[in-house]
Amino acid sequence: MTTTTEARSIAPSLIVTDGSTPRRARRSYDRPGFLTYALLTAFFVGAVFPLWWSFVIGSRQASDINLVPPAVVPGPNFIANAIKVFETVDFAKALVNSVIISGAITLSVVFFSTLAGYAFAKLRFRGRSGLMVAVVATMAVPTQLGIIPLFMIMSELKWTGTLGAVIVPGLVTAFGVFFMRQYLVDVIPDELIEAARVDGASMWGTFWHVALPAARPAMAVLGLFTFMAAWTDFLWPLLVLGPNNPSVQTALAALNASGGHTPDHSMVLAGALISVIPLLILFVVTGKQLISGIMSGAVKG
Amino acid sequence: MTTLAERPAAGLTFRQKLSRFDFKASPYLYVSPFFILFGLLGLFPIAYTMNVSLYEWNLLKGQGDFVGAGNYISVLTDPFFWNAVGNTFSIFLLSTIPQLIAATVLAALLDQAIRASTFWRMSILLPYIVAPVAVAVIFTQIFSQFNGPITGVLQLLGMDPIRWGFDPFASHIAIASMVNWRWTGYNALILLAAMQSIPRDIYESAALDGAGKIRRFFSITIPMIRPTMIFVVITSTIGGLQIFAEPKLYDGQSNGGANRQFQTIVLYLYEMAFPRRDFGRAAATAWILFVIIILIGLINFAISRSIASQDAGRTRARVARTMKGVRS
Repeated sequence: MTTTTEARSIAPSLIVTDGSTPRRARRSYDRPGFLTYALLTAFFVGAVFPLWWSFVIGSRQASDINLVPPAVVPGPNFIANAIKVFETVDFAKALVNSVIISGAITLSVVFFSTLAGYAFAKLRFRGRSGLMVAVVATMAVPTQLGIIPLFMIMSELKWTGTLGAVIVPGLVTAFGVFFMRQYLVDVIPDELIEAARVDGASMWGTFWHVALPAARPAMAVLGLFTFMAAWTDFLWPLLVLGPNNPSVQTALAALNASGGHTPDHSMVLAGALISVIPLLILFVVTGKQLISGIMSGAVKG
Repeated sequence: MTTLAERPAAGLTFRQKLSRFDFKASPYLYVSPFFILFGLLGLFPIAYTMNVSLYEWNLLKGQGDFVGAGNYISVLTDPFFWNAVGNTFSIFLLSTIPQLIAATVLAALLDQAIRASTFWRMSILLPYIVAPVAVAVIFTQIFSQFNGPITGVLQLLGMDPIRWGFDPFASHIAIASMVNWRWTGYNALILLAAMQSIPRDIYESAALDGAGKIRRFFSITIPMIRPTMIFVVITSTIGGLQIFAEPKLYDGQSNGGANRQFQTIVLYLYEMAFPRRDFGRAAATAWILFVIIILIGLINFAISRSIASQDAGRTRARVARTMKGVRS
């Protein structure tokens, strides 16, 4: 597993559908017509329009939001509006904070999920199936509803206002363990593990040198989705971070509220676009992996 | 395994013992970080929410007297709570049903030999990377009563603006649009994966039998992807009942509109807990929502199981019939 395209070629078989889907024969019955492209174009416009329109207003002056017919062409003021964004809220700090939070959560989730997923997939131990059932059952638990005691704990520890208060509750997910287990159960042959044991490798050595390299494609997919989920999270950071140490999402919410009932529309929309840029870059680079991850059932909604 | 050679040749029995301990204990060591952290930070807070909900809480004094079910009674008799329940389900239905239809149509469009398929897939997934906060900020400007593109177009046509932020139903549509915009493409890809796993020879024999495109879609595609559709509904239920960022930001100054016309359950919980510091009622609300989510999950599960078992029989019969038709 040292090819560079491994994530792409292996990801589609990540889950448990009904086995392999052979390359489809292109027969006359599924050749699309004009209507297909017209409808797809309509969906495309619908997907892109809100972002495009934000850029249009975000690059003009605020009063242009009143134009009839609505403005559809960008103006020259995007940089000026962006500067206003950074003057109104501490967006630079927010971006750094969000990178730290999402990065730490991603590393932790991917590492602990791989470790536990490997144990559930390939090691024999008493209580294995019972514990695995517990993992699956907890996947359905809406942990967001535990925020009140969690908030009390963070206040008690005086962690409110620190990044740790956001990072620590996100260190593990049940879904991550389940996901890695499903992947590793098929991808590592049992004989390989046994061979390593016979050769005298320690358990940790086997994990590190056999399981980890094999798990890499799934780790990449899990990492992507974990990063995105942490980046876009709002309720919990809003509760514990406070205005002086914002994440991107809480900073954007503060920006949105900054003008009271007479907001600077251009500045707010420019800020919304700036908040999207990091994930947009990630999307451009890893879009194909995201798509195959979703299509192989990689993600819970 | 380069590490092997470096090992000192210590006493064999001790090494064997060590190896045996390593073999027995390692699995527990590997799964324990997850269980410890998840127990402390995931399960314990939910369980402890129950304890919090049994006490009176005060803005200044903090925890007060034990009140038993008092908080539950005051939540369940609060008209604002039921208003929030109604709003949540209204927004949930307005987002789930149109979204499922649109995602299915989109998946069917993509499940053909289209050109530039990666481009189309990427473009419909684009909204998914936009965080709910940014979606809410952008859509608040789009669904504005006073200005923005929709009001602009309506004015152009000589029509009155829609009172998006004030009329309850219109505000629900605006918030549901945020959810729909972000998730339709994502769910379409899940449904597309299900469609691609349908064996193509079923379509071929149906086409030979003279079934048209529309007929094939309704008699083959829809029944075959039904389990995946149910999966999509379940996941959007769990998410949809906990919707927060979109209604919170749709009117950044209040908690769900001046008349709470779009206050959702989690927003109600938030208002109880944080501006008011009534942790008891907020915790009771969390438990009630928890029960609602589990109940709906179980109902979904029961429905999907009965449909799945019916489907398996029906589909098998249909395929058998079709194949017989082909052979004769």
